[in-house]
Amino acid sequence: MTTTDSAFPGPVDYLDQRTGLGSAIKTFARKIFPDHWSFLLGEIALYSFVVILISGVFLTMFFVPSMNETVYHGAWASMQGVTMSEAFKSTLDLSFEVRGGLLMRQIHHWAALIFMAAIVTHMMRVFFTGAFRKPREVNWVVGFVLMILGLAAGFSGYSLPDDVLSGNGLRITDGVVLSLPIIGSYLSYFIFGGQFPGTQLIPRLFTVHVLLVPGLILALIGLHLFFVVLHKHTQYPGSGRTDKNVVGFPLFPIYVAKAGGFFFIVFGVIALMAALFTINPVWNYGPFDPSLVSAGAQPDWYMLFLEGALRLTPGQLEVVVAGFTIPLNVIIPAMVVPGILFTALAAYPFIEAYATGDKREHHVLDRPRNVPVRTSFGVALLTAFMILILAGSNDIIATQFQLSINDITSVFRVLLFVGPVFAFWITKRTCLALQRKDRELVLHGHETGSIVRFASGEYIEVHTPLNEHERWLRVSYEAHRPIEIAPAEDSRGVIRQGYRRDRLRQRVSQLFYEDRVEPVTPTELAAAQSHGAHDAIAPPREDLDHVESQPVGGGQHFVAPISQVTPDERNL
Amino acid sequence: MSAHDSTPHDSGKDVVVHTPDGLPDRFSNPGHPEHHLRRSDQDPRANKRAELQVVGLFLISVIGTIGFLVAYFTVTPAGTPSSIRNSNLLLGLGMFFGLMGIGLAAVHWAKSLMNDHEKSEERHELRSPEPVRVQAVDVIKEGVADSAIGRRGVLKGAMISALALFPLSIVVPLIGNVGGNWNVSTLKHTMWKKGTRLTIDPTGRPVKASDLTIGSVFHIIPEGLDTTAQPLEEKAKAIVLLIRLDPRDLKIAPDRVGWSYDGIIAYSKICTHVGCPVALYEQQTHHLLCPCHQSTFDVADGAKVVFGPAKRPLPQLPITVDSEGYLVAQSDFHEPVGPSFWERLK
Repeated sequence: MTTTDSAFPGPVDYLDQRTGLGSAIKTFARKIFPDHWSFLLGEIALYSFVVILISGVFLTMFFVPSMNETVYHGAWASMQGVTMSEAFKSTLDLSFEVRGGLLMRQIHHWAALIFMAAIVTHMMRVFFTGAFRKPREVNWVVGFVLMILGLAAGFSGYSLPDDVLSGNGLRITDGVVLSLPIIGSYLSYFIFGGQFPGTQLIPRLFTVHVLLVPGLILALIGLHLFFVVLHKHTQYPGSGRTDKNVVGFPLFPIYVAKAGGFFFIVFGVIALMAALFTINPVWNYGPFDPSLVSAGAQPDWYMLFLEGALRLTPGQLEVVVAGFTIPLNVIIPAMVVPGILFTALAAYPFIEAYATGDKREHHVLDRPRNVPVRTSFGVALLTAFMILILAGSNDIIATQFQLSINDITSVFRVLLFVGPVFAFWITKRTCLALQRKDRELVLHGHETGSIVRFASGEYIEVHTPLNEHERWLRVSYEAHRPIEIAPAEDSRGVIRQGYRRDRLRQRVSQLFYEDRVEPVTPTELAAAQSHGAHDAIAPPREDLDHVESQPVGGGQHFVAPISQVTPDERNL
Repeated sequence: MSAHDSTPHDSGKDVVVHTPDGLPDRFSNPGHPEHHLRRSDQDPRANKRAELQVVGLFLISVIGTIGFLVAYFTVTPAGTPSSIRNSNLLLGLGMFFGLMGIGLAAVHWAKSLMNDHEKSEERHELRSPEPVRVQAVDVIKEGVADSAIGRRGVLKGAMISALALFPLSIVVPLIGNVGGNWNVSTLKHTMWKKGTRLTIDPTGRPVKASDLTIGSVFHIIPEGLDTTAQPLEEKAKAIVLLIRLDPRDLKIAPDRVGWSYDGIIAYSKICTHVGCPVALYEQQTHHLLCPCHQSTFDVADGAKVVFGPAKRPLPQLPITVDSEGYLVAQSDFHEPVGPSFWERLK
């Protein structure tokens, strides 16, 4: 084997001959990725997951996943002589007797909260910019499953220390599981290995938490990122960017440095939080005992919406049919509400594609205002989610603001239905207004704040036209129109087959695209600039020599030279 | 290529549609904006300064990690809250600087010193070209023909049966054992029975009626709980709240006459909603509040739900006093305690 005539030094040559590394380097090293702060949200999710893995491996060295009872004789004075499970004891030991253990535990828990928050905000970014459109629908579903797995990872880990707070969380879980018709009590036995709480749950959750769920998450992250590379990243609209190119910086060295560095920043911020802010101080709660509960108890934030739904649903919904109990007061909030939220989320790309009838690939993102119904739908869903989160904190709100818990709950019950509708309406109007504002800007230019008075006594404000980059950002979008369908009857008056299906699709399409604002066309801009020229206007005064003599926009506006315009590089 | 090339709104197309006045139908993409030089591109001193900043940030990281190690070896958590807090704080800060220094250095390097010219790369449609699709179909057809699976129905059926049955050897033992004894009827009963003494949780001291003054609340477990095979499971069903009210405040349903003793009344502590312990008793209103989901029960009126997500009253434990004056149960609860489930009334 000679390596002297090769571009590769020895070790690389060795690897390349066995792996074809060279081709991979050639393909990927300078791969282009677009740049935008909102693309960092997914990175935060990825990096916090890595932090979770690192800190999690540390914790498994010291945690004992066992519900066997033991008596505490460790460093923490207030728990001396208390009977507790080995899981709880080992949690205390790794917090107080393993040096750096508490830091790792807090890093692990904070990272988990940030992981879920990053997933949710990343999903919001993808949703509101339409990054889920063809060809990325499948990757949206992969991401959606990752979010569900994140919930499972968080929930299973939260319960491991076997403290009072998480124990009551498990008790609630048991109550929810029991509520399922027919299989409820069997499913409860399935989970707990018999009656609640049993002695099996912590070891089982441990396996779920350290093997099953992280394994699935890792595999799906791999798939998620594979798709990102395969599809090439989406980019925000702007000059030079099309659906047929990707504009940005090369992976090596820019993103090796930026994304690699960002990992350390994310890890650093989590370490700082773990250093400064206590999280889940189980030593204050004490070991689980089925008769104990603490007031003001709250789950981790990502479970709050379920907690809120449980709190809001009135008890009257529980019914008995033919002697069988159907606790709809639990089934609806714990199964139906999240079912609706999650199904709507997972299915959205397909619903929108159905309404749009668009089969093209999309790589340039939408500005949220340019797809008003999608944006409004997203905001409505988020509003419902937020109301449920607040409802899950109704006891905290009551004690902090000295309000009646009954009143708060009643208000939230109404808000859960009214809020999303109101949010939808207000968002849609806002989007349409922003689109009109864009039109106004393109047609008439920026307001300059300088007022001109003519000899005739007329006052006008000087406007500067947009440069071509600013304009392109505002006119490059496509205002979808409702689908047009063939008429119900053919020329001989025979009802066409499939008309009803088409009609339904048209209705959905109209729901999406009936109200729309079209982008300004060159013809419209030309008309706006020539319009009003017939208004005879006195020659400009000398001190206004930067004002062109041609007024723009119905004689209401003057246009200043384009050189005054600073490039507008905003993407949103 | 797909049909979109013929639509007039495709930004990527080359044909420009013109309106009658000679203007194009849509604006065209003005192309990449001009590149702006950074200060560090134009001014060598700014460039040098940026480089020093990056070096400084890496040095901060080194100092942070050394600080972490120093804190690890010198600040010993000794079981007191303050020593644990100090150790955690110093280790965490060391780690923060150690990580943040690297992160900021790398990002600053990329943003101020590395080439910041945007590059453009072509995208290609993901769809396989039509000839490839045809070949793919052919390849599969060839394989199907080679296996002759289409002609061998019995073979196919046998294969499917074998594959469908084989997981049972994993699933059956799993299902068989995972639920313990699978005896879900134990959900309906607790260890309370006629004559079981009410004892204080957790000491197990029996309670006399005279121990309770009006308005007081005791957390009660059945006598002998600790000696049962599964104390936690029994406790999770059998825990009781014992409350003494003024007998005049108490509304007693006709079928529950004699279940309480001189204003002393016992209810299951397990919420009928999803099973949290109902713990907050408000003496003035006789209301019991579940801290988990705020179901509110009226103790004076059969623990009926006055607010919240629970539907059913808390089950009442019939009590009396034994010959020695200790409070005892008359029987088990007359209905299953805790959250509702499908067959609870069967």
